[in-house]
Amino acid sequence: MLPTLSVLNLNGAVPQIAVAGAGMLIMLIDALFHRGSRRWAAYLALLGLAVALARVVESGASAETILDGALARDGLGMAFALVLIVAAALSVLVAMDYLRREEHERAEYYALILFATAGGLAMAMANDLVAVFIGLETLSISLYVLSAFFTGDAASREAALKYLLLGAFASAFFLYGIALLYGASGTTRLVEMGTAIRLAGTQADPLLWGGVALIIVGVGFKLALVPFHSWAPDVYQGAPTSVTAFMSVASKVAAFAALVRLLVVVLAPAAPLTSALLALLAVLTMTVGNILALAQDEVKRLLAYSSIAQAGYILVAAVAGEVGAAAVLFYLLGYAFTNLGAFAVVLAWSRRGEGRLPFSDLAGLGFRRPWTAAALSLFLLSLTGMPLTVGFVGKLYLFGAAVQAGWTWLAIVAVLNSVVSAFYYLRLVVIMYMREAEMPLALQRAGLALGVALAVCAAGVILLGLVPGVALDWARQAVAVVLS
Amino acid sequence: MDWPVLSIMLFTPLVGSVIVLALPKEKPALLKWVALAISFIPLILAALVWFSYDRGTGGMQFVERAAWISAINVHYYLGVDGISVPMVCLTALLTTLSLFYSFIIDQRPKEYFAFFLLLETAMLGVFMSLDFFLFYVFWELSLVPMYFLIGIWGGPRREYAAIKFFLYTLVGSVAMLLAVIAMYLETGSWDILEMARLQPFSTNLTLAAVAFWAVFLGFAIKVPVFPFHTWLPDAHVEAPTAGSVILAGILLKLGAYGMIRILLPIFPAMFRQFAPVVGILAAISIVYGALVAMSQWDLKKLIAYSSVNHMGYVMLGVTAAAAAAGSGPAAADSQAIALNGAVLQMWNHGIITGALFFLVGVIYERAHTRDLKAFGGLGAKVPTFAGILTVTTFASLGLPGLAGFVSEFLVFRGAFALIRPFAIVSSLGIVISAAYLLWKVIQHVLLGPLNERWARLTDMNRREVITLAPLIFFMVIFGLYPAPILDLINQAVVTIVGSL
Repeated sequence: MLPTLSVLNLNGAVPQIAVAGAGMLIMLIDALFHRGSRRWAAYLALLGLAVALARVVESGASAETILDGALARDGLGMAFALVLIVAAALSVLVAMDYLRREEHERAEYYALILFATAGGLAMAMANDLVAVFIGLETLSISLYVLSAFFTGDAASREAALKYLLLGAFASAFFLYGIALLYGASGTTRLVEMGTAIRLAGTQADPLLWGGVALIIVGVGFKLALVPFHSWAPDVYQGAPTSVTAFMSVASKVAAFAALVRLLVVVLAPAAPLTSALLALLAVLTMTVGNILALAQDEVKRLLAYSSIAQAGYILVAAVAGEVGAAAVLFYLLGYAFTNLGAFAVVLAWSRRGEGRLPFSDLAGLGFRRPWTAAALSLFLLSLTGMPLTVGFVGKLYLFGAAVQAGWTWLAIVAVLNSVVSAFYYLRLVVIMYMREAEMPLALQRAGLALGVALAVCAAGVILLGLVPGVALDWARQAVAVVLS
Repeated sequence: MDWPVLSIMLFTPLVGSVIVLALPKEKPALLKWVALAISFIPLILAALVWFSYDRGTGGMQFVERAAWISAINVHYYLGVDGISVPMVCLTALLTTLSLFYSFIIDQRPKEYFAFFLLLETAMLGVFMSLDFFLFYVFWELSLVPMYFLIGIWGGPRREYAAIKFFLYTLVGSVAMLLAVIAMYLETGSWDILEMARLQPFSTNLTLAAVAFWAVFLGFAIKVPVFPFHTWLPDAHVEAPTAGSVILAGILLKLGAYGMIRILLPIFPAMFRQFAPVVGILAAISIVYGALVAMSQWDLKKLIAYSSVNHMGYVMLGVTAAAAAAGSGPAAADSQAIALNGAVLQMWNHGIITGALFFLVGVIYERAHTRDLKAFGGLGAKVPTFAGILTVTTFASLGLPGLAGFVSEFLVFRGAFALIRPFAIVSSLGIVISAAYLLWKVIQHVLLGPLNERWARLTDMNRREVITLAPLIFFMVIFGLYPAPILDLINQAVVTIVGSL
């Protein structure tokens, strides 16, 4: 029987429709009337995201589902959706002046960002493994294209190809995992799958364990967890910087949303095994990410390894299952501001036509560009986890959840890793403020949109660090309402 | 007082640092005077708190409490007692003097003075906080401006020293943080006084021991206790003069203060159990610190190591009090005496070593060397400098009549009664420190034939004399008549000893 419109509940899908609709509109307008500057496309993208954001905030969480049960509108989904939309909007702001400067200002860029966001929204709210997969593919394919966006640039093309090949692998793993879980439980709906697993007990069912393992591998690729991380540094470095900024935040938010829901709704009965597996991945990811970051001499690649390590920290709370879900959410909110802000500074400072920002280019910028340098220092301190920034509250919450769930040793590993990370984050600060430039960089004006994005990110980092109460309550309440 | 005196004291420097940043950098004189003027506000308020603290009632006074992050039960909770009041006053005093001394800074004065004021807020915050979360925030916040002060305005190896300082302290801080998170999950509170009442992990001794050592590590690195002291010589030597003054004068006290305010009251049983270990570390710090100081030929490095030696006395006093925890009123007197000595030693070390670092700065500005072998015979050439250096050195080696003697005497009086073997070993440190201060500092700098290189050396100018005068005043006055400060300290110490 075909589902009726009321079952589809398209009203609840307004965020996705607004975002994807704005993307299609951009493509259409650009094809029919394209003339001169493409700035309008960015504004249209921001408008679509604003509508989606308004809808998410206004409608709030509820128990109803969308598209006949494929998507959930529960607190968890809506909260991750909110973080994703904010990150996408900041990414659009960050890209506007950069694309013009690099002479790659084309309307498709914004459309692709919107499509990727729509995919991410589907992952965040998915209540069905097939929906997760469709969201994942929409997000990933958009990102493959975005990575190759600077078509004249060999590094950009290479990054895209590498991403495409390894991403396809990951998708295959994920899909095979879905198949096995379907075989084990007879359904792809998460809630029903959770019930089936609970009823069947957690005794050795090779289908179930195989499926779980494959899905974790698939998500692990997307999150660039060690040992599935090898694509990330090259792709992060080769892709246009504005794409890297978006990718490093949006794909993590979406993938963690799906992972948290899987852990809470479906795999709660299997917690001992999944937690042990994830704890192992967390240790590897944090440690390898941080150690490799120590050896870098270029900011973009450093941030790539840093974001691998950051995913490891978040995983520490994911290990704690339900207890850690709120911490994951809050940390990702802070991480969105912090990481996008840091990449925005890289965008502002990198030489034209070059994706790289070698450490030596930073020398002396602390006093030549006091505001931007102060902002970058703030973001780096937040990534380190210094108090009065959101990074501190976030890490406190992440590691606190681990301790609360009895994973004290994991929290200790995480904390030691934070100390290691302080070394390379601070090194950038040292170079900015404590060294004189040998060959001063010719800096462009940052541009208004980038300035706005930087200001929003810095304000977010400080406000969430200073008065985190509202956001902490929000995160806690959001994860309390999970469709199950 | 019905107005929030502590908050005003705490946030005036923060606001001041923003004001300084907003001033035009073409007018360095203006922003220096503005920064100095701003620093007088917390100084005056600190004096006001000193005099209006009710010694009869005791306990925490000028308390301010408001919910901050209710999701995790964090409060904005300030208050001072007889231990924190002297520390708050020391902070305000040394900051004002340092700012005044720093008028010679020509390189980026705006940022320098802004960082200095920010640092004052952080340090005051540590001494005032009664909520562990707030305490930790200020504790970490104190790292950032000091890191920049060393890294931008420091000596030739400043980059290395700055990052080493930061990372060492961070290792300790995060260890402490994990323990504190566990304590919060256990007690449901960040309130430092409440935690001392609830005694977390009193049923799980393994966990209690782990938490004790984690918190100990955080504070021991800052004090610093041997073997966690290796960051100190680098940071102190590379920091600009005023930075060294603040480092030695106040930042080391943050660690010692944490030992007394947090570690001792919250884990008395654990501290008692591990008192022999901590006692050994304290004794090593005292003797080893003194020996290493004696082997230095760089004046600044010598004074840096003398801090390891002198802060060891603080640890010895704290250990003595801890070793007799829970043994009732019989030991209470000696415990109180030892702890009084420890707190007074914190104050005295701040005053004396602060002065010594200023004096190193004075001579280095002129001679551009700190090599003790290059000096000699300066006593007749620069009499004011010689006089002040002599008084300060004597205070440092514990000459009766000067402040250092009183606190060291109290520490040893308490320690001899409670942990005699450690006290005996540690008393070697007094002899060695007298030796290096007389031999290296007095003899090599002031006595002997005048090196012709220094024939045109000028004596201290008015700015430098004004900077040092208050410090000399306190060395003498509290050496002759320590009652005003001891009354204040004793009140709080007796409360702590009573609760052990």
